[in-house]
Amino acid sequence: MSGFLQEHGGQIARLTLEHVWLTGSAMLFAAGIGLPLGVWLTRHERWSRPVLGVANVLQTIPSLALFGLLLPVPFLGDRAARLAIVALTGYALLPILRNTYAGILAVDPALIDVSNAIGMSGMQRLMKVELPMSASVILAGLRTATVTCVGVATIAAAIGAGGLGELIFRGVASVDNGLVLAGAIPAALLALCADGVLGFAEKKTVIRR
Amino acid sequence: MATQEVEFAHVSFDLPGGRRLLDDISLKVAAGSTTALLGRSGSGKTTLLRTVNALVRPTGGKVLVGGQDVAQADVIALRRGIGYVIQETGLFPHMTVGRNVGMALELAGKSIDDRRAKSIEMLKMVGLADDLLERYPWQLSGGQRQRVGLARALAAEPAVLLMDEPFGALDPLTRVEMQTMLKELLRRVGKTTLIVTHDLEEALYLADRVVLVAEGKIVADLAAGEVRSSMNEAVQAYVAATHRGPA
Repeated sequence: MSGFLQEHGGQIARLTLEHVWLTGSAMLFAAGIGLPLGVWLTRHERWSRPVLGVANVLQTIPSLALFGLLLPVPFLGDRAARLAIVALTGYALLPILRNTYAGILAVDPALIDVSNAIGMSGMQRLMKVELPMSASVILAGLRTATVTCVGVATIAAAIGAGGLGELIFRGVASVDNGLVLAGAIPAALLALCADGVLGFAEKKTVIRR
Repeated sequence: MATQEVEFAHVSFDLPGGRRLLDDISLKVAAGSTTALLGRSGSGKTTLLRTVNALVRPTGGKVLVGGQDVAQADVIALRRGIGYVIQETGLFPHMTVGRNVGMALELAGKSIDDRRAKSIEMLKMVGLADDLLERYPWQLSGGQRQRVGLARALAAEPAVLLMDEPFGALDPLTRVEMQTMLKELLRRVGKTTLIVTHDLEEALYLADRVVLVAEGKIVADLAAGEVRSSMNEAVQAYVAATHRGPA
């Protein structure tokens, strides 16, 4: 065990960082698109079905196929990590989008009424009432998205984007279970960590009434 | 802000499906007076109230506040000049009592010290101690919550006060306490007040004038003192329903 770590420790650390980088960037993009788009959909409800539909379809494409399909796309295909981040963003989008949309629409209509009646602008209502009231639902979406992302990011190694999947793929190819576990265990720990931190934040933002 | 007259001029409201909720309602509410809109559930009285702060846009006719057409007014400025109190759920559950009460001042960009001072003043006005400032709505009793709601509505010093079944969810004893407090308060501040209720006793106790609404129309418009002796059938039915003795 210690010999194994001595041999592979540096590599595991490097690939874990790579994994965090892939997942983290994808989550930033997904949140950057999903949150505002989710809010926008609550203001333009007739677009909600088509937009959520597209996000739904994105999620159903098998990850390996999506990576493969994006490979010939110019600019994206040039660098594997770039491509992986775009694909992961696609996967993370749906839970964020859906929970933002549903969370805001679930805010008690009486409170929306009162917000309007007290003279809030649309932006003030969003920042002071709608987002705080739906924060726990939105965070639940971010949590689902992050955990999914950490998992799917292991597949990104198939197209040479790096991350912990590299160890898993190499282990599978050389029938070396130690190597598979060296990739799988840190990936699982990353997922658990993200789940724990975001789950805690989610509980903290639940509003008692 | 000085108190203002509210006028409904041939106000109608149809739902997109065509159902008529308000049918040619005309009514003048004198500045500083208290008028009760009385009627059974679904009569249109709440819809009528909500045309005043433009939460409902009439499909016909005009609503005037202080002589100004609500449809032409800047809606945010209009609403900041009108207090609005609803049943139960009106307080923001994620904000402290102090922040709830000071919200109108927060929106107006007032400093935190101003807001705090105003919140304390307003709580005192509705009979609450300032140790409630840091509490959350779920930590209050139903009566306290309703007082906080009233304090919040009055904090902006509105010209007009709208109340929609404000005490509907309270037990009878708390309700009577609240009515007593409100009557005294309204006498002191002298705001033009429209109060929606289905409770005749409440209407008679609080209001100078009682307007009976049924199926989107005004069926009676009386001074509070004339209600019990009125020969109007709809009014008599309402009085009779309130004073039903043992079977």
